[in-house]
Amino acid sequence: MSQFPVEKIRADFPILKEKIRNKPLVYLDNAASCQKPQQVIDSIVHCYSHEYANVHRGVHTLSVRATDRYEGAREKIQHFINAQSTKEIIFTRGATEAINLVAQTFGKANIKAGDEILITAMEHHSNIVPWQMLCEETGAVLKVAPINLQGELIFAEFEKLISDKTRLVSVVHMSNALGTINPVKKIIAAAKAKNIPVLLDGAQAIPHLAVDVQALDCDFYVFSGHKLYAPSGIGVLYGKQALLEAMPPYQGGGDMILRVTFDETEYNGLPYKFEAGTPNIADAIGLGAAIDYLTDIGMDNIAAYEAELLDYATEKALQIDGLRIIGEAADKGAILSFVLDKIHPHDIGTMLDSLGIAVRAGHHCAMPVMDFFEVPATARASFAMYNTKEEIDVLMAGIEDLIKIFG
Amino acid sequence: MFDDLRDLYQEVIFDHNRNPRNFYVMEEADRKVEGFNPLCGDRLTLFLKMDGDKITDASFQGSGCAISTASVSLMTEIVKGLTEVEAEALFAKFHAMTTGKEEEIDLEAVGKLAVLAGVREYPARVKCATLAWHTLDAALKNEQASISTE
Repeated sequence: MSQFPVEKIRADFPILKEKIRNKPLVYLDNAASCQKPQQVIDSIVHCYSHEYANVHRGVHTLSVRATDRYEGAREKIQHFINAQSTKEIIFTRGATEAINLVAQTFGKANIKAGDEILITAMEHHSNIVPWQMLCEETGAVLKVAPINLQGELIFAEFEKLISDKTRLVSVVHMSNALGTINPVKKIIAAAKAKNIPVLLDGAQAIPHLAVDVQALDCDFYVFSGHKLYAPSGIGVLYGKQALLEAMPPYQGGGDMILRVTFDETEYNGLPYKFEAGTPNIADAIGLGAAIDYLTDIGMDNIAAYEAELLDYATEKALQIDGLRIIGEAADKGAILSFVLDKIHPHDIGTMLDSLGIAVRAGHHCAMPVMDFFEVPATARASFAMYNTKEEIDVLMAGIEDLIKIFG
Repeated sequence: MFDDLRDLYQEVIFDHNRNPRNFYVMEEADRKVEGFNPLCGDRLTLFLKMDGDKITDASFQGSGCAISTASVSLMTEIVKGLTEVEAEALFAKFHAMTTGKEEEIDLEAVGKLAVLAGVREYPARVKCATLAWHTLDAALKNEQASISTE
């Protein structure tokens, strides 16, 4: 592979020039949210400056322009994840709303008292709580497949938990707290053998690896724009067309209807059936621009570069006395979660911030994962395609210094 | 190295973090309340021994960051011998020091707690310092349930 153009990429992200506490920003909180390239920022400015009106409504020029761009973004997403049709791409506010949508529509229609929903022990709260809510409403049971001390799914246990009562398997593609990439092909094959649909929570995976929903053969795939260098407040639910057709609508309102009288309402077809109300037009267009940007660089190139960063960071981290890495899966994305002996992650976060380094300190919306590893929280450095080995050096020097000062 | 942080992490705070005072389970406590900060996962259990409305002894258990550990450690020292009313008044002054307006700050009134004044510049860390006091407040109001900063 030719050299990864990290300097050229960095130049596209204006925020990376910011000084934090008089030091150059080292942004390593990408698993929480990614920064945005100028191309994405420009696309939003351009939308509001030249092509903004409501979509799917008017015959006037601006409405047509806005509709073309909004629907154009949907097509870009379709190609990006290799869906069969734009009908399978539903815009949501994010991955969380997409999971809630599936829980409240597919879930309510297909999951009854005594049925089971199977997740893993490394899920983000957004792939736990919507199912707990559904279980409370319906009397269904949430089953949790365990993980091992490396932070990997114990596949044999997962398989054992697939039963005649399982109605849905919902698992994270890549863990935000641990970095673990799940063996999703094996998971899907095991579920398909019993005709059980599978939802993949791709919020963390999508910026790091190429996703092909047809090759995966998953039934649902959800992700958020803001972790994919796109604006916050926009996300995607991919669903196989036949499943989406059979599902009842989510919210009621404009755009999701064909005909309304006071006696009855005829719902619109896909994907609009699930997009009630005026959508987040500009941010959807911004998501389209982010996908163009990433496609130019190439997801495989990004994955290879980030793997190099992770290897480098892991090697350096292991040299630090008293540092313990939380999450050591063999198949892992560019996330380094760690704890330091006798130094609380919150102190690590504040200390590193004073050096201009942004890391996350906390439970990463995955409290059950923290409980499993018996830590209240971790510090997490999560890498993106614009990070460099030099930044990792700054991080590691900062960690060594703060260990000294804590004595 | 970390010069910007000297106001937040004073040596007294490191000292209390390394060697927390009154760090034990009080077997015959009159009040026992748990405090929880869901933001960072800090948990502490506060024990009080009362004589009428007077706090005669205080201790704690739990794990937290340096700021929260130092804050609760300092608190267990300073509230011994105070009446409920005096302890609540001190909480009000501490609260003003960490979150209130500049003109409300009275560093003399809070004594050695003044070392925690630096948190007011770090909004994300204020709750670390106040968790101990919210827990004390709950204990004095005899709320046995656990309390949360959220």
